[in-house]
Amino acid sequence: MGTWSLDFISDMEKMRREMDRFLGEFGSSNWTFPFSKTSFLPGRGAREYPLLNIGEDNDNFYIDALAPGVDPRTLDVSVTQNQLVISGEKTALLSTVESKAIHRSERSAGQFARSMTLPFDVNSEKVQATYQDGLLKIILPKAEVAKPKQIQVSVT
Amino acid sequence: MAEKTTTNIEATPPTGKTLATREENRYMVPPVDIYETENALAVIVDLPGVHKDGVDIRVDQDILTIKGKIRYKPPKDLIRGEFGLLDFFRQFQLSDEVDQEKITAESKNGVLTITLPKAEKAQPRLVKVKVG
Repeated sequence: MGTWSLDFISDMEKMRREMDRFLGEFGSSNWTFPFSKTSFLPGRGAREYPLLNIGEDNDNFYIDALAPGVDPRTLDVSVTQNQLVISGEKTALLSTVESKAIHRSERSAGQFARSMTLPFDVNSEKVQATYQDGLLKIILPKAEVAKPKQIQVSVT
Repeated sequence: MAEKTTTNIEATPPTGKTLATREENRYMVPPVDIYETENALAVIVDLPGVHKDGVDIRVDQDILTIKGKIRYKPPKDLIRGEFGLLDFFRQFQLSDEVDQEKITAESKNGVLTITLPKAEKAQPRLVKVKVG
């Protein structure tokens, strides 16, 4: 993943967005809910990973990513203006186990990367990210220019 | 280790009506990996959004029950919502090979690892032959 250029990722992202638009998914704020029991696994179907919930208020974007079992050292969040890239690796615990000793293998593992374009620029200096209980929470402060301005109306 | 797929008895009251307050009525089935070592079975469960204190593991009548209480609130004013979380619930039928007294569990990064040691009698024993 580290050898990919950002250009490549943004090209892929562009293509994905076109596909999304084609499938009518882009901009949809519908909950994918209730979802199937394997829906947060990487490598199952053409689903993006990790799944994200994105909220916003006047000052910040709030992004939650569903990514259990990721080695925190491999987690990487990078922000440039309005582009966000989340990458990491879900640890494959079974790689050290002989295949005949495996009874069930439902938790997929491997490297992942997801990028997305935010509707506004963010202040990349002040982005905070925490990883707890398998959830990655990112707070992205909006850039000053992107914040809504209150305009005083003077009554004469 | 077989999965227990029959309806959870607790969740179905004798009247046949389901109670909305029963947590097992709406739950998610967490994905698991199960593998065997010489001395134990390891069960690895993805429980994202479940704090250590929200994990409930119990063994009753040879049935291993794994419950996880979700402690997650999505951000307010969602502009994109791709996942929701419900409490987790899954059951497995244990064989008598497992030493139920010695089951241990550990939670890390939203992943629960349960170790089920094999009972003494289930472990292969080397019988020494005396030459006399």
